[in-house]
Amino acid sequence: MTKPLVAIRSVAKNFGEFQALKNVSLDVWPGEVMCLIGASGSGKTTLLRCVNQLATIDAGGIWLDGELLGVREQGGKLHRLSEREIGRQRLKTGMVFQRFNLFPHKTALENITEGPTQVQGRKLDEVRAEAIELLRRVGLATKADSYPAQLSGGQQQRVAIARALAMKPMLMLFDEPTSALDPELVGEVLAVIKELARSGMTMMVVTHELGFAREVADRVVYMDQGAIVEQGRASDVLGAPREERTKAFLSAVI
Amino acid sequence: MKPAPALAQGFPDLSGMRIAREPHWFRWISAALIVVVLAAIARAFANGQIEWSYVSRFLTAKVILEGIVNTMVMAVLAMMLGIFLGIVVAIMRLSPNPVLKSVAAGYIWLFRGTPLILQLLLWFNLALVFPTIGIPGLWSARAVDVMTPFLAALLGLGINQGAYTSEVMRAGMLSVDIGQYEAAQAIGMGRLRALRRIVLPQAMRVVIPPLGNEFISMVKATSLASVIQYPELLHNAENIYYANSRVIELLIVAGLWYLLVVSILTPLQMLLERRFARGTLRLAR
Repeated sequence: MTKPLVAIRSVAKNFGEFQALKNVSLDVWPGEVMCLIGASGSGKTTLLRCVNQLATIDAGGIWLDGELLGVREQGGKLHRLSEREIGRQRLKTGMVFQRFNLFPHKTALENITEGPTQVQGRKLDEVRAEAIELLRRVGLATKADSYPAQLSGGQQQRVAIARALAMKPMLMLFDEPTSALDPELVGEVLAVIKELARSGMTMMVVTHELGFAREVADRVVYMDQGAIVEQGRASDVLGAPREERTKAFLSAVI
Repeated sequence: MKPAPALAQGFPDLSGMRIAREPHWFRWISAALIVVVLAAIARAFANGQIEWSYVSRFLTAKVILEGIVNTMVMAVLAMMLGIFLGIVVAIMRLSPNPVLKSVAAGYIWLFRGTPLILQLLLWFNLALVFPTIGIPGLWSARAVDVMTPFLAALLGLGINQGAYTSEVMRAGMLSVDIGQYEAAQAIGMGRLRALRRIVLPQAMRVVIPPLGNEFISMVKATSLASVIQYPELLHNAENIYYANSRVIELLIVAGLWYLLVVSILTPLQMLLERRFARGTLRLAR
């Protein structure tokens, strides 16, 4: 029996008075492409950031590859893990940000090799060969020595995807990867993500691109006010939603 | 296909016309006035009680040259100590640990809140408080022997500079987008590695202009070490005029050297700025 790669159980997250996540439980299975949709403030980005531990959860638990994230159970209590251990757990996930967040003082190639050489302690020579291969995969083989400021938004986001892949993650997290892009650049980034989906990578994608979700997602999860309202096959959730709130959201978006 | 509509009439053709030069009378008058004032000042100095021959004779005197070397050595070493302390204290101030935070705030409060000359005198006279210093059982020495003018000046200037530099560094780190920390964390970096590899190099671009400013202040602040017998430029110039009474001439000599050093430092700062501007659009091509 296979186990879920990500198991989210009864997770809550508050920002002061605001409840960003309320008792969220969800499984992500190996090889699954999951799209999280919903209005801004619905908690989908927060959920993604909790999986990557950029945000700490206030209640519940998240297991990645069978390992509890961020805390260790001991003597009936939970103890926070050290920064080093959290760093090690993060290596299993790759994160792609809405605003790319490339390192502006490093070239495209250096952005990609930074993690494997600095964090994983691997040799620059072999990492560089892999990085060039990754740049080719995202269609930017000729841009290895360009600085982020010399690249278009779409190109920057593709470098960011390559940077995340260089750590050889088992799970890729995309936080609205095309929201900051000019409309004509959205397609090239989505094409890279689609190719990645076809290669069997497990992915959680927060997105507003419903056409993309319909085409790529194995499962679509609709969130509202910090809770999962509806989930299922893309054709069902997007084509024939059962919940009123889902219907209202979809008719507002389309 | 419809033809393009004809343009409306009544707007004359301006092509071929130039914008006329204005005479700017006021600029000419004010420039002439300033020239007259400057000439009067120059004439006053030329006819004043200054023996310019002493200025030119002592400008390259051995003692003066030694003084400028000592000034520069002290300025560079104290600045390095200040930058090192500044980075450490800035990281402490931005840390989530309340103990580190308050220690850093206390350091800045103490050393920014008292005059530099007072701090120099305190370091130099440390022997009055602790006649002997050392590690119990391992090593000890008389404080008078350890606390030389050089060491007292280095500690006084460097530690004081650290308090100011830490605020410059903190501003630089705060100027780096929070997304850069997150991206560094997302590829598994810890806080310190993210600071060293990702945040500080980007902060440098912002902090170099104020740091250049601080260094220029430092070059001149070393003159305060003359009160604790450190043989820097002003101290040596004073020693000469104590002997020959050519006070103004030797002060002019020292002043000219300070001006020269600062004039050289400004283009150096620009080179440094260029070095750390890697990847920014203006200089990318």
